[in-house]
Amino acid sequence: MTRPARTTRTTRTKAAAALAAAALTAVTLVGCGTADDPSGGTPAGSAADLDAALEEGGELTYWTWTPSGEAQADAFMKEYPNVTVDVVNAGTATDEYTKLQNAIKAGSGAPDVAQIEYYALQQFVLSDSLLDLSGYGLGDLEDQYTASTWSAVTADDAIYGLPQDSGPMVLLYNKEIFDEHDIDVPTTWDDYIAAAKKLHTADPSKYITNDAGDPGFAQPLIWQAGGRPYATDGTDVTVNLQDEGTKLWADTWNELVEPGLLADIPTWSDDWWKALSDGTVATIVTGAWMPGILEGSVPDGAGKWRVAPLPSYDGSATTAENGGSAQSVIKQSKNPALAAAFTRWLNSSEESVDVFLEQGGFPSTTAHLSSPEFLAEAPEYFGGQKINEVLVEASEKVAPGWQYLPFQVYANSVFPDTVGAAYTDHSDLNAGLQAWQDQLVAYGNAQGFGVNK
Amino acid sequence: MTTTTPYTAPTGEQEASRTTAESSTAVRRRRKDWQGWLFTWPFAFVFVFVFITPLVYALWLSLFQNQLVGGNSFVGLGNYVTAFQDPSFWDGFGRVLGFLLIQVPIMLLLAMVAALAIDSARLYATGLFRVVVFLPYAVPAVVAVLMWGFLYSDNFGLTASINDWLGGTVLQPFARRWVTASIGNIVTWEYVGYNMVIFYSALKTIPTELYEAAEIDGARGWQVVRAIKLPAVRGAIVIATIFSIIGSFQLFNEPNVLQPLANNVITSSFTPNMYAYNLSFAGQQYNYSATVAIIMGVFTAVIAYVVQMRGSRKEDR
Repeated sequence: MTRPARTTRTTRTKAAAALAAAALTAVTLVGCGTADDPSGGTPAGSAADLDAALEEGGELTYWTWTPSGEAQADAFMKEYPNVTVDVVNAGTATDEYTKLQNAIKAGSGAPDVAQIEYYALQQFVLSDSLLDLSGYGLGDLEDQYTASTWSAVTADDAIYGLPQDSGPMVLLYNKEIFDEHDIDVPTTWDDYIAAAKKLHTADPSKYITNDAGDPGFAQPLIWQAGGRPYATDGTDVTVNLQDEGTKLWADTWNELVEPGLLADIPTWSDDWWKALSDGTVATIVTGAWMPGILEGSVPDGAGKWRVAPLPSYDGSATTAENGGSAQSVIKQSKNPALAAAFTRWLNSSEESVDVFLEQGGFPSTTAHLSSPEFLAEAPEYFGGQKINEVLVEASEKVAPGWQYLPFQVYANSVFPDTVGAAYTDHSDLNAGLQAWQDQLVAYGNAQGFGVNK
Repeated sequence: MTTTTPYTAPTGEQEASRTTAESSTAVRRRRKDWQGWLFTWPFAFVFVFVFITPLVYALWLSLFQNQLVGGNSFVGLGNYVTAFQDPSFWDGFGRVLGFLLIQVPIMLLLAMVAALAIDSARLYATGLFRVVVFLPYAVPAVVAVLMWGFLYSDNFGLTASINDWLGGTVLQPFARRWVTASIGNIVTWEYVGYNMVIFYSALKTIPTELYEAAEIDGARGWQVVRAIKLPAVRGAIVIATIFSIIGSFQLFNEPNVLQPLANNVITSSFTPNMYAYNLSFAGQQYNYSATVAIIMGVFTAVIAYVVQMRGSRKEDR
């Protein structure tokens, strides 16, 4: 399961060490000018080459923070005893990308296979760091995945990874709190705002949800609202954070932000877990991977939580993707065929996906999403509700056509600097979005893109 | 006074005659120099590779611009021009400068009071007191800040409890106007003990005769402090001030660890070091990051140098 766009900040505790490392990297880099550059074209090969590589064996390094990563690799090595996979947890999300970027820049030290969230893939594609898997005939796997996850890993005819999981957005709500305050499950955002007012008025210590400003949360909601603020065509980039859909989201969310109806608690912080436990926060608007995490991390919530479809703007059941990751082969890999074979096994074989599901992950493969056992699961934690029916339903309603920026990791890092102020000051989000847009345009142009030109 | 005799290597060789003495000294001197350099190589090697090389490399980097699209190009001093016009950089710089002007005097004053108190011999259990004040410095900074983060939390932390007790929201450590002060509080807590130890060890080196003389002259309490103790620790004050200046300009750990708790207030350019870090690791602007680092390095060196000059001039007087 993948947490979306979790800010790097949590584990930036090693920051001082990182700075020191940066100084040392300078030393290392001096010696790296000669590192061979394995870029160039798609690899000539086929699915048969992958089988041959598995037979021949070898060693692979795999970076992931997926809880089931280790168990999946063990299952793989059992099936292909000639292959050794070294699983490394190089940090979650942005922490991993930082290390990956450094290793790629240094010319050595990158893993063969790495977990990368959909929103960050473009950035690595742009720096020509990922192997195009279409050369190994992996394009044939398209039918196995949901349309939205497949489009997240492909660009034109190239395939830059295979989807591990998906995060169609849903609403998790604390039924106990809803019952206590006589609140109906909201089906539209207007209902949701009304529920927020009702709850907070009845008990000022309680909030409908928390939002301290999180780009990994705001962007999927813009996606749902029909906003398509980013468009990339080669190196021409368009950023329009005031298009119709984006404004619709901002105007809607303003009704929660400006009167202070949202708890100012950062998602994933210790306070957040406490707030979920004690009922301070009554709902979570989140990806389909969240129920598994909630069950594992908030034991006090047992029996209280339920899953509902995401509230809509216009009554239609449209939703968006929040988070989700792919596994990609890094070009630096000395054994690309074997790495590609491992990736294929990891995200398309029955054995691997079973292990992934056992640990509470939410799949990207249509076969699993439609399997009767999966749909029939009724966890006690959610009061025996068949939650997967709701989640799978959501995965079929993801709006198409969303694109992230080719420098999305940076963009998310400056979201708090710009839009964040609106959350803290309870002011208009549109002004924050403008400031964000200005910064993105300036950065993009300074980096050689043609932004809004 | 010691006589300055040229150092001779203990080879045991004797000089043959007076006539050759001069030339052999010259030869020996040259060899002595060379051997001396030989002894420095373990240091010199490490020094060049972990200090000089990264510095030169950073300087080199700062002259280029590596774009995501378009690759690497030489821009001369372009990055420096950009930095001097960059409001984000100046915003962070202004913040650490203000931090320096307010937090450092408070911290050093507290440290001095603590050191004088221990030195006054009027306290019971000075050993315990010394350890307790010093203890925060022994806590790794990151751990200390995480701990303070819990205390500061106005949702569930100590701050929330105090607010509950007082009613309302009196304390808001993470509000925009208070967050720098909250960080200053943590830094003060961390480093008062450290500076106290510097001052205390300087106080300990004051010869007892001075106190005796003062006593004979009839000086008491505060007079002794003013006329003997403070002048004697002036060197230590200069050192502690320089360390604190460097520490302030390099402020990074504390805001960076608190950032997840106050994301929108502690921005990515909250301090110049955080700015440099985020430029390179979030924005892949390694060249510009190197520029910011070098500018801050130069500023720090200049200010520390000025303080040292002024400090030692007073000492000579």
